[in-house]
Amino acid sequence: MRIVADGLTFTYNRKTKFAKKALDDVTLTIREGSFFGIIGHTGSGKSTFIQHLNGLIPVESGTLTVGDLDLSKGKKTDKKGLRALRAKIGMVFQYPEYQLFATTVYEDVAFGYHNFFPEKSKEEERAAVFAALRTVGLDDSVADKSPFDLSGGQKRRVAIAGVLVSDPEVLVLDEPVAGLDPAGKNELMALLHRIHDGGKKTVVVVSHDMDDVAENCDALAVFSEGRVVMTGTPEEVFSRRKELEELRLDVPVTRKIADALAEKGLGNAFPLRSDDFVRKVAQLYRGKRV
Amino acid sequence: MNAIEFTNATYRYPGDDAPVLNSLSFSIRQGSFSVVLGRNGSGKSTAAKLINALILPNEGNVVVLGKDTVRAADGDLLFEIRKSAGMVFQNPDNQQIASIVEDDVVFGPENVGMPREEIAERIAFALEATGTEQFRHAQVSRLSGGQKQRVAIAGVLALRPEIVILDESTSMLDPKGRREVLDVIRKLQKEHGITVIDITHYMDEATDADEAFVLRNGELAFAGTPKELFARTDLLRACGLELPRAAELAKKLNENGVPVGDGILTTEELTEKLCELLQTD
Amino acid sequence: MLSDMTFGQYYPSESPVHRMDPRAKLLLLIVYIVAVFLAKNFYGLAVCLIFLLLAIAFSRVPVRSVLKSVKGIVILILFTFVLNVLFYTPKEGDVVLFWRVTVQGLVSASFFALRIIFLVMGSSVLTLTTTPVSLTDGLESLLAPLALIRFPVHDLALIMSIALRMIPTLAEETDRIIRAQKARGADFESGNLVSRAKALVPVLVPLLVSAFRRANELGDAMDARCYAGSSKRTKYKKLKFSYRDLLALLVTGALLAGVILCNVYAYLLPVLY
Repeated sequence: MRIVADGLTFTYNRKTKFAKKALDDVTLTIREGSFFGIIGHTGSGKSTFIQHLNGLIPVESGTLTVGDLDLSKGKKTDKKGLRALRAKIGMVFQYPEYQLFATTVYEDVAFGYHNFFPEKSKEEERAAVFAALRTVGLDDSVADKSPFDLSGGQKRRVAIAGVLVSDPEVLVLDEPVAGLDPAGKNELMALLHRIHDGGKKTVVVVSHDMDDVAENCDALAVFSEGRVVMTGTPEEVFSRRKELEELRLDVPVTRKIADALAEKGLGNAFPLRSDDFVRKVAQLYRGKRV
Repeated sequence: MNAIEFTNATYRYPGDDAPVLNSLSFSIRQGSFSVVLGRNGSGKSTAAKLINALILPNEGNVVVLGKDTVRAADGDLLFEIRKSAGMVFQNPDNQQIASIVEDDVVFGPENVGMPREEIAERIAFALEATGTEQFRHAQVSRLSGGQKQRVAIAGVLALRPEIVILDESTSMLDPKGRREVLDVIRKLQKEHGITVIDITHYMDEATDADEAFVLRNGELAFAGTPKELFARTDLLRACGLELPRAAELAKKLNENGVPVGDGILTTEELTEKLCELLQTD
Repeated sequence: MLSDMTFGQYYPSESPVHRMDPRAKLLLLIVYIVAVFLAKNFYGLAVCLIFLLLAIAFSRVPVRSVLKSVKGIVILILFTFVLNVLFYTPKEGDVVLFWRVTVQGLVSASFFALRIIFLVMGSSVLTLTTTPVSLTDGLESLLAPLALIRFPVHDLALIMSIALRMIPTLAEETDRIIRAQKARGADFESGNLVSRAKALVPVLVPLLVSAFRRANELGDAMDARCYAGSSKRTKYKKLKFSYRDLLALLVTGALLAGVILCNVYAYLLPVLY
């Protein structure tokens, strides 16, 4: 599903003292099959933007199309349409484990399935729930446990399974690794790549970690004060280091080193991804030895 | 002198068989900056609570600035310990008692019955040290995560502690908020000689620490300098940790025939080394 | 959004009303409430209205913010209005419009509705001009004598203060949980009463779990900061009762007198209905 936003604008607490323009003329395309990264400070409009994608926040002005569904203002989307949209655009909020509620893992994961496809049989539901649990790397045996008895990392995976259960075409995650330890973080990133599966699904992540997005994403959008200030591949975005630093945003380690090396005339066009970067440096180094 | 000394400290949550902390022994130097690392559930937070005497060890001892927490179970000594070892928690939303910054910062001093004139002095110090003067009359709920955590630090500083423990206090913050908090904490250690214990998941917070401690399943898996720690990749893996970004990159370079050597932890170090290597001849 | 609620939300300003002693403001509100209840006719309510408008004017709070508090209880007002109209006991000479509805019934129902509106508006002037903390401080100070009979005044004040602190946080959290469950296809808007109540379970359970978790952490944070009850606590902020407060109380006294006069000498005033 392709997502196209054009001139999207949204104001919180309109007409009050606390009015705040959360989105300001956001124009952005997320192509189908992308592993898309959204970066920017807290309050830059990232969360507001992603909540437009499944109609949680109705479009106030500008246009937004998700797949072939037009969510723009004035286009009446009925309840059924909205539900179908939400089944297709899975949304994982920050700290999703805090939204678990059912007495068993199975019931919690099945919640979304039941809401989206009330006409489906119990067998189909079971199949979907266990498929989702397996995708996130959880054993069938957790299904009967209480979600509140699991470890933090497991809880988060159950919550993600609860979104995956409707087999969404697009998975949107708001800071999915926040609060996890390094091992948990790596496991989760690997999981996202499994879901993305080389472009079979579109994955959109909101992240604060520049190195993470540089390693994992194929396209980025940088938000600042409600606006999209940059879009492009990670290489394109992080080549604009000065502008990013003016926005008080960091760049990946490889970029920093590449800049320092380039400045001393020791090479240029260093790749951003660490493996490619290492290969290039090794090549240069061997060149010097010969 | 040691600020904190754990001697065979064991703690079990009531009703649990397995201890969360098993015969833990280590010490932290006064005025130092230490990091405590380890997976979620490895016992880091429990260790922090033992220092603050929020809980007491079932076996062994925890001595804070010469005071044994077990002996302080009741009475004034308990408050002496809590006063001298301040604690900042993980969730910025769950630490403020009052809605207005100033009213929250005075909570600690009021609790220990400090005279008003002294409280006024301490607020001034605490707000200044954390750079939160401009929020003095602001509503806590309208602050950013980083600002809330700085206010939480101010609330702890108002008691003039000699030790400040951060229990994953930066984990829910964005990079900007994290930097704000770490800058404040660094300043406290350098300029005011406060002993800082930073419990964290961020490896780059560990790179310039004086000492690093790693917990694994309630036991001490490592104690030493960050350089020593990050040289032991097998240990890191076993404890669910990772190398700081630059160190990871250095490792890959070494493996690919670029001899940047061991002991590189920061981007600056790696940059310098690479310049050197690529410049020769 | 839930966090939009302004009822009970402080409106920052440096107005004379903002600077008043919270105890004076509390007393003033109590007297005002008594006056509103004592008023037996529209003249009395008019006196109350003048007082209310004066208070709003001096507080420099936009009238809209004050009116917003009424918006929250519109249903309640309508409900009591309808009940009052229907259960009005007709007297001789009342003009029946249709069924049980009389002109006099409508007038008396309006009277009661206005009473509620005035009460809510008056209370919101207090909460809009007083920070939750100084409100609890004021309450604690006013109730202090009760501590002599072992009434836990301090603990009560602390509980209030914490509750007020956590309201915005929990409102935000509720909002977030609702959105997350909506994203999972939850529907809070359709179905009958039972199915709607059931739909709230996925919101209430996480909210409750979270409230307990927060309470736990907050308890630790309080312990870590040496909380040990009220025994040896000092108070940093001293409340100061100034001439301004005295003046305001005198004015409020005048309000009460005005309302009582309107009641007593009602027979001298032209009948309005």
